[in-house]
Amino acid sequence: MSNVVLTLNVVLMLRMRKKQSLTLNCCKPHLEMSHTPFHLAERDGYNDGVIPMATSTDFARPANRAAQISAASQRPLNSQVHLAARQIHKVYRKSSVEIPVLRGVDLQIHCGEFLAIVGQSGSGKSTLLHLLGTLDAPTSGEVHFLGHRIDNLPAHARDRLRNEEFGMIFQFYHLLPELSTLENVLMPLMIQQGFWKYWTNRGKNVAAAKELLEKVGLSHRLKHRPRELSGGEMQRAAIARALISKPQVLLADEPTGNLDQSTGAEIMQILRTLNRTENLSIIMVTHDNSIASQADRIVRLAAGKVEGVA
Amino acid sequence: MYKYLLCWRYLRTRYIALASIISVTLGVATMIVVNSVMSGFTTEMMDRMRGIMSDMTFDAQSLEGFADSDWHMNEIRRVAGDQIEGLTPTVHVPAMLSYSFRGQTINKQILLIGIDETTHANVSDFAKYLQHPANRNQLGFALHEGGYDTVDHLAPDNAVPRPDLEHAGWEYRRVRARIDAEEDKQIEAAQARARAAQGKIDAGPEDPFSKSPDANKITPFNAAENQHTGIIVGKGLISAFKADENTDRFLIIPGDDAQITVPSAGRQPKGISGAFTVVDVYESKMSEYDSSFVFVPLRKLQEMRGMIDPTTDVGNVTSIQIKLKEGADLDTVRDKLRAAFPSGLFRIDTWRDKQSPLLAAVQMEKAVLNILLFLIIAVAGFGILAIFFMIVVEKTRDIGVLKSLGASRRGIMGIFLSYGLSLGMVGAGAGMVLGLLFVHYINEIRDVLEWVSGQKVFDPSIYYFFKIPTMVEPLTVTWVVLGALAIAVLASILPAQRAARLHPVEALRHE
Repeated sequence: MSNVVLTLNVVLMLRMRKKQSLTLNCCKPHLEMSHTPFHLAERDGYNDGVIPMATSTDFARPANRAAQISAASQRPLNSQVHLAARQIHKVYRKSSVEIPVLRGVDLQIHCGEFLAIVGQSGSGKSTLLHLLGTLDAPTSGEVHFLGHRIDNLPAHARDRLRNEEFGMIFQFYHLLPELSTLENVLMPLMIQQGFWKYWTNRGKNVAAAKELLEKVGLSHRLKHRPRELSGGEMQRAAIARALISKPQVLLADEPTGNLDQSTGAEIMQILRTLNRTENLSIIMVTHDNSIASQADRIVRLAAGKVEGVA
Repeated sequence: MYKYLLCWRYLRTRYIALASIISVTLGVATMIVVNSVMSGFTTEMMDRMRGIMSDMTFDAQSLEGFADSDWHMNEIRRVAGDQIEGLTPTVHVPAMLSYSFRGQTINKQILLIGIDETTHANVSDFAKYLQHPANRNQLGFALHEGGYDTVDHLAPDNAVPRPDLEHAGWEYRRVRARIDAEEDKQIEAAQARARAAQGKIDAGPEDPFSKSPDANKITPFNAAENQHTGIIVGKGLISAFKADENTDRFLIIPGDDAQITVPSAGRQPKGISGAFTVVDVYESKMSEYDSSFVFVPLRKLQEMRGMIDPTTDVGNVTSIQIKLKEGADLDTVRDKLRAAFPSGLFRIDTWRDKQSPLLAAVQMEKAVLNILLFLIIAVAGFGILAIFFMIVVEKTRDIGVLKSLGASRRGIMGIFLSYGLSLGMVGAGAGMVLGLLFVHYINEIRDVLEWVSGQKVFDPSIYYFFKIPTMVEPLTVTWVVLGALAIAVLASILPAQRAARLHPVEALRHE
């Protein structure tokens, strides 16, 4: 496994160097955002250079902890807020009964940060992750991505955001059973590019997918169907799928929840490497404190509220 | 791209969905077979009618007919001369045919048609349907010595033999006359003996008519040497198909005599009978015509019915048959003639007008069958709908995953619509191939079915077709296939919409 991580490190470093100019300030510069699909240029004072600040109830990171992390990872943390939730409320309705799941959550993640959200079952951590990933809309409150509100974007813009800017991995991997590992990894590109573009770029796309699968140590499983893979392999394939469209943020929902300890550790190592070498912002939901402790920062949710920040 | 990939994979892995389109396949195949066979029947029948009937008829309303057919024909030529190929006068009259078979008298209702031998062949393929080669070349009403076809000359290889016609003609007539004469002699002798025996017991007064002074001057009709006026009789009137022998059996054959009774022309028609000799058999393979038409020389019929004007010696006719030149528009000529003869005394119709009830009935049958069969495909559509709903439920989590990867609503909907379309393509394509193969090998299939069941599946004596006629119309096939595709796509719309509307989070949490 260490070989795999080493390979991953090296390749990711190379890639870093290639896009260094783009990744110095944040995961992707504003210039690149200017042609992002969700047409934010005219919205929310994007061009004013105003970067929304965290609210008062925010999770001010203890200076010493930040210093520790910075020192440990040998890299400066970018102070720009990458993804933020503001006063998020989420209420589910079952007939006439209202079930509040989130009750005013404020949260932000900085560029290149590895954030863990922990909490007991039913604390609303997965719901929060879904809201951050625009899979669901908050009942009230706002979600901001690089300072721009994204929860109220039209459906097609949110679709493209999920496709291009967010990568998602799940506890149960959620690979499509009809497709091979390689095809599963290529799926986001197929969704992104349409028939002709994908067809003309297929050589490039397949090469990129193979490269990613090699990084996660699955180059020997390209043609296998998900049912022929082990849990760890499936999760690695899911990670490769989440990374294929070069997202800025990785949203991980209990990525190790269905794996044994050592396999879970391998997955965590991949995530940590991605975070550090690729400067990928990661939000991970888990109920396992030992897994969470490997993150830069831990946000604890209880009964739909941020209970504490570690 | 992902739509087509997933759709292709679903197509290859979900056999239950393939099962749901079997009914589409069968529906499409059946529709193609039924339409091809019915088109084949219609075309074959229309071809035959076209050959049997003249293009257009100019009919008198009354059975008395109209006088001076020449004037009328000239008038018709004047109105539409450039488009007229040939004209011939005829007399059509309902009549009764009587002949004796093994001592029984058989009466048949017929349509007696008086035709002009010299011009009748110009307006229709009449001669083609006769059984003597000489008559086919030059129509005549004289009995031939022999040489009638013993095999149907219009049928393909597997024609039904007619051994009865082998001796037809004068040869048969002479034998028949001798047998009849002997029978008559025996009957007379027996009667004489009976009279003699009775005379001994009761000798009455002498018969006042027995010593008629003119009795010796009448020359009796010698059937062995003379014939009555010839008639050509529809095959259905004098024969029957014997399935057990696989032959056509004739009750009377050329050389036999028959009686015809026609109504006389005039205000109070009377039945007028005359003796005729069968000289040929007419077989057009349209059972309706073959079992009702009897042809006689026009002049003879006019004389019998009293249709000849004694002062001018010109006979009335009831109809003028018109043949138009190739490519002439029937309806235009008909309308011109109708305008030229507005008195209401004449019916001017094209052959299509005359057969319109039959053609309309066939058309109607075809329409009803098409509707019913299309309903089968529609029922198959509901099968697809149900199975698609099932598949959407089964695939709920995958739909959630696709949405989390950025697939749009339209994209998700596209997966299931293209899946429906491809199922339809597979089903309709298989149905098309199956249907076309069935049509191509329909006669072989019939043979196998007959061999297996031991029964005639398609009896030529009923349909007068030796092969099941088929005609594949590419346009019809296209419509059937497109209809099936449309139904498959329509059936997948609702499930596809449901898939597209799934909430990504709920879909991801679906167990």
